[in-house]
Amino acid sequence: MSTLTERKMSQPVGPQRMTHLRQLEAESIHIMREVAESFENPVLLYSIGKDSSVMLHLARKAFFPEKPPFPLLHIDSTWEFREMIAFRDEFVLRKLGLELIVHINEEGVQAGINPFDYTSKVYTDIMRTQALKQALDKYRFDAALGGGRRDEERSRAKERIFSFRDRHHRWDPKNQRPELWDVYNTWVHRGESIRVFPLSNWTELDIWQYILLEEIPLVPLYFAADRPIVERNGDWIMVDDERMRLLPGETPVMRRVRFRTLGCYPVTGAIASEADSVLGIVHELLTTRASERQGRAIDRDEEAAMERKKREGYF
Amino acid sequence: MTIECLPTTLEETADFLARHEEKDLLRFITCGSVDDGKSTLIGRLLLETGAIYDDQVMALRRDSAKHGTTGDEIDPALLMDGLEDERQQGITIDVAYRYFQTPARKFIIADSPGHEQYTRNMATAASTAQAAIILMDARKGMLPQTRRHSFIASLLGVKTLILAVNKMDLVDYSHSVFERLQQEYRAFAAQLEVRDLHAIPLSGLRGDNATRKSERMLWYKGPTLLEILETVPVGRDVDIEAFRFPVQRVSRPDSQFRGYSGTIASGTVRVGDRVVVLPSRQQSRVQSIVTFEDQMDSASAGMAITLTLEDEIDISRGDLITHVGQEAQVDQAFEATLVWMSSQTMVPGKSYWLKIGARHVAAEIERISYRIDVHTLNRVETASLKMNDIGVGRFMLHAPAPFDPYRVNRRTGSFILVDRISHETVAAGMIMDSQADRPPGEHWNVELRSSRLQFTPSRISAAARRVRYGHPATTILLTGLSGSGKTTLAFALEEWLFATGHAVTVIDGQNLRHSISRDLGFSSEERSENLRRAAEICRMFNDAGLVSIAAFVAPDEATREKVRRVIGAENLIHIHLSAPIEVCRSRDASGRYEAADRGEIANFPGITAPYANPTDADLVIPSDKFTVDQSLAMIKQHLAIRLNNDTYERSSRRR
Ligand SMILES: Nc1nc2c(ncn2[C@@H]2O[C@H](COP(=O)(O)OP(=O)(O)O)[C@@H](O)[C@H]2O)c(=O)[nH]1
Repeated sequence: MSTLTERKMSQPVGPQRMTHLRQLEAESIHIMREVAESFENPVLLYSIGKDSSVMLHLARKAFFPEKPPFPLLHIDSTWEFREMIAFRDEFVLRKLGLELIVHINEEGVQAGINPFDYTSKVYTDIMRTQALKQALDKYRFDAALGGGRRDEERSRAKERIFSFRDRHHRWDPKNQRPELWDVYNTWVHRGESIRVFPLSNWTELDIWQYILLEEIPLVPLYFAADRPIVERNGDWIMVDDERMRLLPGETPVMRRVRFRTLGCYPVTGAIASEADSVLGIVHELLTTRASERQGRAIDRDEEAAMERKKREGYF
Repeated sequence: MTIECLPTTLEETADFLARHEEKDLLRFITCGSVDDGKSTLIGRLLLETGAIYDDQVMALRRDSAKHGTTGDEIDPALLMDGLEDERQQGITIDVAYRYFQTPARKFIIADSPGHEQYTRNMATAASTAQAAIILMDARKGMLPQTRRHSFIASLLGVKTLILAVNKMDLVDYSHSVFERLQQEYRAFAAQLEVRDLHAIPLSGLRGDNATRKSERMLWYKGPTLLEILETVPVGRDVDIEAFRFPVQRVSRPDSQFRGYSGTIASGTVRVGDRVVVLPSRQQSRVQSIVTFEDQMDSASAGMAITLTLEDEIDISRGDLITHVGQEAQVDQAFEATLVWMSSQTMVPGKSYWLKIGARHVAAEIERISYRIDVHTLNRVETASLKMNDIGVGRFMLHAPAPFDPYRVNRRTGSFILVDRISHETVAAGMIMDSQADRPPGEHWNVELRSSRLQFTPSRISAAARRVRYGHPATTILLTGLSGSGKTTLAFALEEWLFATGHAVTVIDGQNLRHSISRDLGFSSEERSENLRRAAEICRMFNDAGLVSIAAFVAPDEATREKVRRVIGAENLIHIHLSAPIEVCRSRDASGRYEAADRGEIANFPGITAPYANPTDADLVIPSDKFTVDQSLAMIKQHLAIRLNNDTYERSSRRR
């Protein structure tokens, strides 16, 4: 600790000093403003999760006193937790009065694509990846702000903040634009687009700390409560509505759980937890020390999954 | 203690967060050649600071058993292996980012592992870094890459370099090896613009001095690598306190409110400050500083804010707001250092998009002045730049833009260049200081900057000085090829003259490069400029009554004539060492000839540049046949006549 005190003494704490969190915040705001100014038709991808909540909060800050000058887009797989949809409608629509576009892959719905009869690879591709492409094409968005972070996963460590996609939404890892300083190349031709990740340099701990500091509202599913759970292949799956197909012998049991990430309830694993506050979550995060993606079934499907998904247009 | 203690209660977590919130942020890069041990070192930093989650550590243990080089122990290098997979998939690996923290601060590591695209990738990583770790294999010492990495880091404005002499375990943790390497490196780094230089012996594999003090190198009294990283000063991206606010966005939600949003690039702004908008130069005062939370009285560098002004003036995205009296430069042309990043070669005169801050402007590169060889730091003449080249060129913008030199402000002095059709980022640019960074060229016959400049002669006559010192003031010029023995003889001669009561000094071309000629490279213009400075200094010493001994290659008659004119023919004794090139080459211990053969030293007289023997030397010494003592004896004989029996009076000099 001696180094800490020495450093503080030699560096006067004046108006110049910015904590790491304020630096990250300023960087993200800078990026969002750059997107708003440089593109004709940007959109903020809003998944209702904690990273999206931080994104939304940053967007409100970046353009204050204006509202964010771009709509929010939710790709609805139709299998989200009910509480997510309730939160979305209550907070984003009623409380903030923001423009929200909800897109569902109707072809997928008609074809009966669901997380039970199809592997998570097929299901995610159709209800998320293809759905996102449809929406981007339909509304002709030329920039899409996403909440991806580089600390989430190995293959994201080298992702650009401004990540170019061709006309087919493909990411070409061989042909990324170099990114220097905070001067971003925002040029695109018609049909091309850029995925932008303002949270690139945030870690999971930063996200939680920021949520605590800024009192950002979250879907209650992040906090521990008694929920009906069945155990499947080692994952704890919540029985959120009557569509959940129970296998023979499966009966939901009430367990005190919470979710580290949110998505489609049949493929999102819960963890046993007593953490019913942000502080409690941080406490758990610091003491259990398991990485966040552990609870996400789609990641275990195959190695280098993310790399491939990104090339196909999934975030 | 550098490793964070994990909290056990909620209260402790609250304390932990309170401390965590106070941390600042250091961004650094790691540079090393293949097998220098970079992955191992980064992996170790991450592991030992607890940045790796338990499930990842478990995966790592599995991988270590399978592929590692460490047996049962965890091989930290495997943490970085995402990149290896990618290499096999043929993916361009440029920059990967890693995150860790200690009780003191949070860190972002930008690591550029590539080989082929190294310059481009490293420049990208270095552009936002405040510190660079330069890895050196203790067995290999300085490699061309070491110079290259250090140069690129300093070029991109990285203020702190940390020389990490790695693999100390393989040299028995030898103090003397470390001392030798760090001294060699420090001598080299003196040519770079490095503010803050550290050197540390370590073993990434064994963990010595990474995060824990080594028990095996008790002779090393300095801090561990992590302690250095924890105390490197941050927040020094800009050297100026001047307020710079690039307007990123104009906010007009209604007719009442008109705000200018952006991130403060440097300095501090307060409500009521008088400001000027560049390039239009309209003035106003700051009315308010608006943020989501509340209004602020003042705001400083790094903050993303919105300003309102007292007057309704026309401001748009790309303008720069500064304080009145501390304006940035506004110009349509500037010199800039470029890192070329595209496979399409630079085309002089072609119109590119230039993005500086939030401003887009069409621009052309008028000409490239030179390219910098990243191995030797030599300046090489060229007309164009290709992928991974670094060069200096002159830009013409289609409209004036505000900017600062990169050296004083990384944010307002940097830009990217974008192809108008492919939209590729073809280059990154750093604007040079128009005064200090002007590439030195022909200065021999430069006119005085002002006709009103006065020259005040000293009241002490040359004759009076001669009486005082007992000898005339003369310049003894030793010429000859590199390796002909000039330096050796110059210093031997100095010793003898000093011993015999002369006021004497040696002006050595190489030595000047450590001081007054530090800014010079090795193009023919710069070699010539170094010689001119040396000649002027000889003359100043002569004016002060001293004997100067100068050792110059002086490869042609034109150059020698210029020297003669500066010093004055009447004061000059020209001694030529005539050892032929084969002999000079065989005596050369410094490797300069071989380097010139390989093309690493451009304009090397006798190899890649012509060398013409003088025909009018006062004395020619066959330094290939003579020993040093014989040569010296011959010179003594000659000087005895010139210095002691000198009778001519010096007339007062021009200027
Ligand atoms: N035999 C002999 N060797 C010399 C003489 N002068 C220098 N050397 C050697 O030649 C090499 C090159 O000398 P140096 O002074 O570095 O040459 P410079 O490049 O002209 O300054 C060294 O190894 C010297 O020891 C000399 O007069 N005779």
